[in-house]
Amino acid sequence: MLDGAGATFPAVLYSKWYDEYFKLTGVKVNYQSIGSGGGIKGISDQTVDFGATDGPMTDEQMKAARGGEILHIPMALGAVVPTYNIPELKTPMKLTSDTLAGIFLGDITMWNDARLVADNPDLAAVNKDITTVHRSDGSGTTFVFVDYLSAVSKTWKDRIGVATSVNWPHGLGAKGNEGVAGEVKSNLYSIGYVEYVYAAKNRLGFAWMQNQSGAFIEPTLESVSAAAAGAAANIAPDLRASIVNAPGPRAYPISGFTWLLAYRTMKDLARAQALTRVMWWSIHDGQKFAGDLGYVPIPDPIVEKAADKILSIHVNDRRAFPHS
Amino acid sequence: MRSDSHPSLLEDAASGSALSRNSDLLFSRGTAVIAGGSIVLLVGLAVLLIHDSLPSLSRYGPNFFVTTKWDPVFEEFGAAHYAYGTLVTSILALILATPVGIATALFVAEYAPRWLGDPIGFVIELLAVIPSVIFGLWAFFILTPIVRFTIEPALKAAIGPLPVIGGLFVGPTIGRDYFTAGVILAIMILPTIMSISREIFRAVPDTQREGMLALGATRWEMISNAVLPYARGGLAGAMGLGLARAMGETMAVTMVIGNSSSAISASLLTPGYTMASAIANQFTEADKEIYFAAIVQVALMLLVVATIVNLLSRVLVARITSKFSDAA
Repeated sequence: MLDGAGATFPAVLYSKWYDEYFKLTGVKVNYQSIGSGGGIKGISDQTVDFGATDGPMTDEQMKAARGGEILHIPMALGAVVPTYNIPELKTPMKLTSDTLAGIFLGDITMWNDARLVADNPDLAAVNKDITTVHRSDGSGTTFVFVDYLSAVSKTWKDRIGVATSVNWPHGLGAKGNEGVAGEVKSNLYSIGYVEYVYAAKNRLGFAWMQNQSGAFIEPTLESVSAAAAGAAANIAPDLRASIVNAPGPRAYPISGFTWLLAYRTMKDLARAQALTRVMWWSIHDGQKFAGDLGYVPIPDPIVEKAADKILSIHVNDRRAFPHS
Repeated sequence: MRSDSHPSLLEDAASGSALSRNSDLLFSRGTAVIAGGSIVLLVGLAVLLIHDSLPSLSRYGPNFFVTTKWDPVFEEFGAAHYAYGTLVTSILALILATPVGIATALFVAEYAPRWLGDPIGFVIELLAVIPSVIFGLWAFFILTPIVRFTIEPALKAAIGPLPVIGGLFVGPTIGRDYFTAGVILAIMILPTIMSISREIFRAVPDTQREGMLALGATRWEMISNAVLPYARGGLAGAMGLGLARAMGETMAVTMVIGNSSSAISASLLTPGYTMASAIANQFTEADKEIYFAAIVQVALMLLVVATIVNLLSRVLVARITSKFSDAA
């Protein structure tokens, strides 16, 4: 029996995985979706066998971990999409990095702002104030969203920064994806951001984002996967990588990994073996469940790198994963 | 004790009481331990909160209570706007709930026959049983649109142009704001205020009422000259308990207040935050030590404020009770 805790975003996928894995092997994995912060705290204090997070741990947090070096092992991808409520707009809204940052910074306050109308001629007739909606609870979704805004806007980076919750310049806060979606639905002329999976399942209207190549990209499983593949070439060796604003002509720019957190050096051999086996299964056979549940599978180059991480876990200088 | 040589009723009783004195002692000690336990619990809670918030207490000092910047990224924490949100919504709730609660209590205790009054009181007390998340959902889906499209525009039109108090109703009506939070809180504290007020009215000695009636007073004169003055302190206590309940309420408020950390604004139409909803929203993802400490400090602040309000209301309730025993 393994204990894990952390991010809420991948909880549906993880419970499916651990259920399937239990049927296959009889090994039980207990996952508590208490939030990324709780997952980081849990693994740092060694109260769980593994943690899970949507935002990578900071260097400071890595140093504070009691059990030594912590590995970040990507499990799936998540994308964040701007969702809005403008009845006049018949085609998907097209946003650039500048207009999205402008809206959430409060520089663009009206829907008929020239910068928005340039890409969306229909907005010229919408002479309305913009209401923005953001997550009030700390969230990996927020992390990915502001990570993108920081990557593309220096003003955002200097004034607001990146974290699972930030000091929003304005707008309404709502709890959870469903809270933000509900708020956007009930407020005409509002815009918020939600997990892509959530938006797709609930058929919310969402915007197309302009990527580095200048193309407006519809968020789909393929375009998110393309972003991860595009980022794979130059990814940081510890895989604590941000893949927002990734290169590639078909890459959707607002996406990120969700990781499991485990110690490189473990004490209990039986647990280490069980944990490495579960993780190995998750990044290989388990990925086929991701699509159906609406998560984006990690592309092959990343799977290879994640597998290397799993193989590096050891107990008393002995590799924990049973076969080479 | 030599009960065998001088048997008498008196001594029988005395010997019996030796046994019962022991069990009496045991019982009184037992209750004292249990009662002491809850004090230990409260003190332990306060100690824990102080301990966990030390990094934030020492880093921000008194500024924490007077500044309004809450920035987890750049580690600047001030919770004045959270405290403000808690106070504004709680006081608004009190202003809305008190007249309704006291009027209902008066009707139940003074006017209605028991067969009518008791069911009314019972139904209102049932409101206290409904989980706050249900109130929250109801407020989110039903109350907010009503407030947003009907009540707030009407209030804005009626009060907005007035000097001074007009400032309470400026800005766009979005329905996720202090006002909606105050309304849902008012509904939630209504049973507290109503049932305590009713007991206070019932505790007013009948001699007071009879005295007034004997002087030829009408029902209303009797209530306004004998019952209300007598109950004043107790009613203040009922309000205090309602206020304390409103300040601690989390779930329902979080769903309708807008959760916006923007600066303090006098307008009730501003989306805001309360201390409790800030804790509920941010606790799970507070991954940095200082962030966690700051949230614990908000909890400490809430505990202190709630304790003060509770103590004040206890004192007021105690005053009316002692008045009552003086009169008797």
